[in-house]
Amino acid sequence: MPDTSVADRETAAATPAPRPKRGMPTWLPGFLLVLPSIILIGVFIYYLIVKNFLTSLTNRNSNNLNLKVHFIGFDNYTRLANDSTYVHAWWNLLVLTVAFIIGTMVFGVLWALLLEKGPKFEGIFRSVYLFPMAISFIAASVAWKWLLNPQTGPNAIGLNQLFQLVGLDSLQNAWFSSNSKFNMVAMALPAVWQLSGYIMALFLAGFRGIPDDQREAARMDGASEFKIYRYVLFPQLSPVALSALIIIGHMSMKMFDLIYALAGATSYVAGVPATMLWAQLSTYKYGLAGANSTIILVVVAIFVIPYLIYTRRSEKKAGS
Amino acid sequence: MRRTPLIAGLAAVSLMLAACGSDNTADSGGSSPTAAASDTAAARDTAAASDTAAASDTAAASDSAGASDTAGASDTAAAGGTEVSASKVGDGGAGGDVGVFTWWADGSEKLGLDALTKIFSEMYPNNKFVNLAVAGGAGSNAKAKLASDLQAGNPPDSFQGHAGAELTDYINAGQIEPINDVIDSLGGDKVFPKDLLDRLTVDGKIYSVPSNIHRANVVWVNNEVLTKAGIDPKKAPADIKAWIADMDKLKAAGIATPLSIGGTWTQVELFETVLISDLGAEGYTGLFDGSTKWDDPKVTTAVADYAKLLEYTNTAADGDDWPPATDMVIEGKAAYNVMGDWAVAEFTSKGKKDGVDYSYWAVPGQDGVYDFLADSFTLPKGAKNAAGTKDWLMTVGSKEGQTAFNLAKGSIPARTDISKDIFPPYQQWAMDEFKSATIVSSIAHGAAVSLGWNTAISSAISKFMATKDQAGLQTDLVSAASDNLG
Repeated sequence: MPDTSVADRETAAATPAPRPKRGMPTWLPGFLLVLPSIILIGVFIYYLIVKNFLTSLTNRNSNNLNLKVHFIGFDNYTRLANDSTYVHAWWNLLVLTVAFIIGTMVFGVLWALLLEKGPKFEGIFRSVYLFPMAISFIAASVAWKWLLNPQTGPNAIGLNQLFQLVGLDSLQNAWFSSNSKFNMVAMALPAVWQLSGYIMALFLAGFRGIPDDQREAARMDGASEFKIYRYVLFPQLSPVALSALIIIGHMSMKMFDLIYALAGATSYVAGVPATMLWAQLSTYKYGLAGANSTIILVVVAIFVIPYLIYTRRSEKKAGS
Repeated sequence: MRRTPLIAGLAAVSLMLAACGSDNTADSGGSSPTAAASDTAAARDTAAASDTAAASDTAAASDSAGASDTAGASDTAAAGGTEVSASKVGDGGAGGDVGVFTWWADGSEKLGLDALTKIFSEMYPNNKFVNLAVAGGAGSNAKAKLASDLQAGNPPDSFQGHAGAELTDYINAGQIEPINDVIDSLGGDKVFPKDLLDRLTVDGKIYSVPSNIHRANVVWVNNEVLTKAGIDPKKAPADIKAWIADMDKLKAAGIATPLSIGGTWTQVELFETVLISDLGAEGYTGLFDGSTKWDDPKVTTAVADYAKLLEYTNTAADGDDWPPATDMVIEGKAAYNVMGDWAVAEFTSKGKKDGVDYSYWAVPGQDGVYDFLADSFTLPKGAKNAAGTKDWLMTVGSKEGQTAFNLAKGSIPARTDISKDIFPPYQQWAMDEFKSATIVSSIAHGAAVSLGWNTAISSAISKFMATKDQAGLQTDLVSAASDNLG
């Protein structure tokens, strides 16, 4: 029995065109193999997105048994839009995202430039820069909570105390707890610390992917080192930069663990839509939580979809 | 090759089934309460965790029902009245497994639970105690598991919860049953303070038996710091104004932060004690049933006093825990800290002597008011061994159970007929106060308000910390109340 099937298989593999009539269409086995993923993604992603959106249109803002759930249109959305705390949370997220992207890009590119020519101990430096990524946000937050402690003066600990020790007292501040419009820049610090190494790795791979002859050719033509980077290397890294931007950008927009661990779920100064979502869910406000998550989804989609279209196009171009 | 599609097909079908199964849960919102639960947990865990005591489990077990079912032991129970210890002579219990769900998996909480379990097996030898404790996350893991079990209609025989309004969500969702019979057979208001029972009653029904009591409105004082500034540490100021005057003196004496605070929930706790002082016990309690309005001028005064107090505090991040704030008092960096009475364990662990190194009194302006929070045990709807649950609740509410549990955990019993002699000095003071004081419910620890309301108040307080906008805080509090009182 096994022999026959092996034989069958071999025949089938050797002569794909004249298949036996009884066999199934060629696409079917492949389709069946991916079917589980299609179903799982369909149920757990797309069905739930729809379900979530439908919930956001209802008054399901309590777990009371007597609650009559009915559609209330976009009331939950208007409630959120009129909630100054929610609007403030989006401002926080914007500041966080901008600071996070700029920070990781600057450090990532800088480190990649430094390591790109293969200095001594490159491996060690690379690992050192990458290591923070191995730690989860929650675990890192334990240390950052202490570093970013808002106390100044005699009771200061963490970074503020460090500033005092080196005589930079005037730099002490309340970090993300300060009542400033841009306090979330401080919240971006731990995130930048964690992910700069990742961006470095992306750029380093990008640099290594460019053949050396291009530099040599440029040098022969008398280009300065700066010009080589500016006109030969960097233009070729724009896809890497774009990927890095998208990865960091969407991570930032979904940022929850770091903020939850540092400031809790009900924080105003450090609140972002994701932490508010948590607070809404935990108090059974499913309608509001649904509206909130739909808004987050749409915003992330606005950010990510152009990138997907772009990569698809360039892949097609490369393919043809 | 022939078999591959078959296997793939089978796999697809089974995955689909699996997917549908889990989909149901997700759909019914099972996952979200979890989230919710853990949240609260996070907020107050700290409290709970540290509390040695948060464990006031109300386990008032009135087994009279259980007892009568089984062995006609109901007589004993009924006759028991105040003499609950009589139940020990009972019938031995309903029999079967009693699964009790807690997050008391280590430390003094575990010791307390073990002590309670021992009493349970002595009182009801027929029952087998099954420990369903879930460790980790200071209760957040446990609450997540509990929420999904309840949603799936597979409740434990009893579970732990903060006594009071925080159970509202379970009550509204129809997940727990009234246990007035248990409370009655334990002795009702003969053994529990009437005030306490009033705070636990929802529409005439009581849903849980408190196992231990904590007090939230305690000021912890560093004696040395106050003596240096010429203030008597043993004597509480008469009211908030006098307290602020003392803080001015301390500032003049060079103490930069007379009052220490921690993260958001500790600020809520401070604010609620200011509310109690400025509104009085009755006015404060009225805030939660609508008889006191949140836009009352007295609330405005309280907000102003709270804002004033914040001028004397350290800066804290929203996510900070309470021990650093209490440690500031222990180390003499701050003079006062308003904290629940689990703080006493922090003083003890740092080797400080009650009365010598530190003192404590009720927050000024509320002498004779006991701002309580408690852990309690419930009877879930659909519990497999309801009679066994009632045995458990009887144990939790019994004299022996409460004594053993609270001695181990460091809190005080909810019963007032227990001799205080064997308790440490702080607990003795607290037990005296508890007997005579007016009891009000804590906002920060879920006794006064539901989870949703608590979250709204916490956000408002967190916002106020940043903006210092007094009118804005009151507006937020008013809208939180109108959202939650309906």
